[in-house]
Amino acid sequence: MALQDVCGLHNPPLFPQWSAPLSRSFMPEDSTHLSGGGIHGEAFSTRLPGRGGLSPLEFYMPIAEYLTESPINFGQTSLSSAPTKLLEIDHLHPSLPSISAAADTRSSCSGLVACPASPKVLPIHSHLVGTTSGTSADCALWKRILARELRLYKLRHHRRLSTGGAAKLLSHMLHPFKGTELCVAATLCGWDGDDEKHEQPITEKHANTPTNQMTASNSSVVRSRSRICGPRVIYVCSDGLRLQGELFSVGSGSPYAYSILDSSVYWGMSVQEATEVAREAVYRATYRDAYSGNNVDLYHVTAKGWRRRERENLKEEYYREKERERARVAERNAEKKAILKSDDGEIV
Amino acid sequence: VMISARAYGDNGKMKEYHYTGPVEHKFSPYAFNGGTVLAVAGEDFALVASDTRLSEGYSIHSRDSPKCYKLTDTTVIGCSGFHGDCLTLTKIIEARLKMYKHSNNKSMTSGAIAAMLSTILYGKRFFPYYVYNIIGGLDEEGRGAVYSFDPVGSYQRDTYKAGGSASAMLQPLLDNQIGFKNMENVEQLPLTLEKAVQLVKDVFISAAERDVYTGDALKICIITKEGIREEIVPLRKD
Repeated sequence: MALQDVCGLHNPPLFPQWSAPLSRSFMPEDSTHLSGGGIHGEAFSTRLPGRGGLSPLEFYMPIAEYLTESPINFGQTSLSSAPTKLLEIDHLHPSLPSISAAADTRSSCSGLVACPASPKVLPIHSHLVGTTSGTSADCALWKRILARELRLYKLRHHRRLSTGGAAKLLSHMLHPFKGTELCVAATLCGWDGDDEKHEQPITEKHANTPTNQMTASNSSVVRSRSRICGPRVIYVCSDGLRLQGELFSVGSGSPYAYSILDSSVYWGMSVQEATEVAREAVYRATYRDAYSGNNVDLYHVTAKGWRRRERENLKEEYYREKERERARVAERNAEKKAILKSDDGEIV
Repeated sequence: VMISARAYGDNGKMKEYHYTGPVEHKFSPYAFNGGTVLAVAGEDFALVASDTRLSEGYSIHSRDSPKCYKLTDTTVIGCSGFHGDCLTLTKIIEARLKMYKHSNNKSMTSGAIAAMLSTILYGKRFFPYYVYNIIGGLDEEGRGAVYSFDPVGSYQRDTYKAGGSASAMLQPLLDNQIGFKNMENVEQLPLTLEKAVQLVKDVFISAAERDVYTGDALKICIITKEGIREEIVPLRKD
């Protein structure tokens, strides 16, 4: 209708008495304020996914408007949920690489710490662990859905789906919600391979590239589908990004964690060293980032599956650091005194 | 009666009453009705307590509107936030409980109810139920269990949790008294039922002092293997 067009009412809602002046209800500006600061620094549109598919029973609700007014903050806001997670592929020795995953445990809701002890690293199955960042409800639910789908896959095909496959599955499941305020940034850390017997020793260089190994049946020239065995770390987020890598840090405290990781991680470090570095990185992130804190959880994924280290309260670490600082200061003062004494001696 | 949200600020309080320019009044499907809920789990008991005041903006709609709803013989849920959504959500939960009972010939356990509630809440992820839920009950082994939720279904099992308008005031006190947080050299005795009930009463009396949306009366549901007992304690009515 002409008048509607002039007023900018393109799609009249089915229940006009409920609607707000529609002129402002399309193209809401990015809802970064809803997500407590914006994820990944980009604008994040919350346009409803297409008006066309609505059934007559659905209200047309321009979501951004209502939510700016309502005090709901969706539980855990995205960046604030800040699990600083690091996932590194270590080498125990060239044939036994593994993954260390660490995360803090603070969940916040626009300034209030909603839960100081929330688990951000969730095991999905025996050889796959996923870290979560973003809105907790979204992460928890989508992980649950992923676990169900992986279980069904295992039952139907008699083998575990690879980490890459799981990441692709998660990414494709999240794709229909692109553009909504769903916020999931997960890193899947898993070990691929049928079982330990089939595990091939992997050389240092190719630990993560698919090694084109011929399977027993196909020894001819034809390149069979490469049997990838070993650890894999893949980052999946609700924007649609899917990245494989060796080292990731996600969340609001990630820059601080990256600084520790970039200086201390090297190819060929032992599990002990890796655990230390991971713990230190999370500690430093909690030190500087307001939305990270409380405890640190550490998981270790190997060919035998995942193993969990006991949750450690970082409060003790702060006190220990104070002690170390005190000792350092005392030492420095003693040195200075010694230098002054020797100077006096010379002048005289 | 739901009044347009523009007249009210973020948390239900009325905005400044002077002319700031032309204001666009919009309809909001949500309202904030106040109220505080608290749940504590012990070795063999669980407590769910709530105040009974129902307010909106500057008015009190009712002084006798408790926020605890009995679900089964071993589970009670406390819902605070928007009263309309609380009522609908409890109706849906009760219907699902009946369906489960009829098809599985047994009552739902606390853990199962919590998992189900999480999916019910997430089902409306893009137009949420504006309710802060806390479930208190006994698990299959008879130990106390508390499950706390956010409006979109994220949940976890706790020992104690406060939700609602005075939650930011109550939670730190519970952290200290029940969780023994930030206390050095203190003997950590297990929580008895009598001590827990007394603590809950004291904590609500304090909340009523400082939070305008909490007051009138306190209703405590005490869940033990013998069943569910209720206690009503008067609070400040101003």
